[in-house]
Amino acid sequence: MANVGIVLISHSSKVVAGIQEIIQQVVHNVPIEIAGGTEDDEIGTSVEKINNAIERAYSEKGVLLFYDLGSAKMNAELAIELCGYDHVKVINAPILEGAYVAAVESGIGRTIEEIEEAVQKITKE
Amino acid sequence: MKLGIQEVINWLEKTNEKIQKNKEYLTSLDQAIGDGDHGINMSRGFQEVIGKITSTSYNSVEDLLKDVAMTLLSKVGGASGPLYGTAFLKMSVSVKGKEAMDKQALENALEDALNGILQRGKAQLGDKTLVDVWTPVVELFKNENVVESFSLEEISRNAMESTKDVMAKKGRAAYLKERSIGHLDPGSVSSHYLFASLAEVLKEGEE
Repeated sequence: MANVGIVLISHSSKVVAGIQEIIQQVVHNVPIEIAGGTEDDEIGTSVEKINNAIERAYSEKGVLLFYDLGSAKMNAELAIELCGYDHVKVINAPILEGAYVAAVESGIGRTIEEIEEAVQKITKE
Repeated sequence: MKLGIQEVINWLEKTNEKIQKNKEYLTSLDQAIGDGDHGINMSRGFQEVIGKITSTSYNSVEDLLKDVAMTLLSKVGGASGPLYGTAFLKMSVSVKGKEAMDKQALENALEDALNGILQRGKAQLGDKTLVDVWTPVVELFKNENVVESFSLEEISRNAMESTKDVMAKKGRAAYLKERSIGHLDPGSVSSHYLFASLAEVLKEGEE
């Protein structure tokens, strides 16, 4: 059975590659896809890259998107509108800690709602 | 007032000329309070827009505006991509089925665009963003039966200049808090180029 997928969005491709590496050291059964930088790999974000990452991470269980700074969130929301899938959500959380917690929770088969709840507890601790 | 395919192309070409001419200026404004990419992003985005719309033949203003939107969304990596892209996408939807925009249709299109920008960026009036220029321009259209080109230019320019003395509450400049005061908002400056160019197109129609 598929697990909830995770998409990491950053202005820098190096940032998301690094976070992906940290998460994949511990979690092996969750799709962790990245969308970093513009289409020319400069600093910025790309709706198309985010869309492609959602496609790769997608299953019926859904996908959670984590982002770094303001305009990355706008492009993440745009990509969700354009892809037309249900159960794809942008999460407001620190990108590394948020995605890490989400990946661990997803790996034990949690639903998208349960993962969201777990992620939201991070900042309260 | 009538804005058909040719007038909209004219509008975008005039906007592009101003952006290319002021690319370094926009960059310097953004370096002061942001990430310094506004000049290069707008320059590249509008160059791609002009390339696209001058090499395509259009049957409707709707399709033309949609291509503008999709080009900006895919080619501009900073915040201006999703914001201007959303604005043109909303305008495209708003003019659906219309051969050309009259005053009412342009008013509706600009209002829908502003609502799109508000929804996308979650900024409010006075946050030192392009909303501060778009809002009074839309108000002008709503308040006047006939929009004179000179009043459009003047209102847009004054609105742009008003962003200088306020503190940023949205975008990268917001991290600077009171240090953002005293600098123009780059997005408001590029929005002024858009409306100053629209005023020029309207003026040609007035003559």
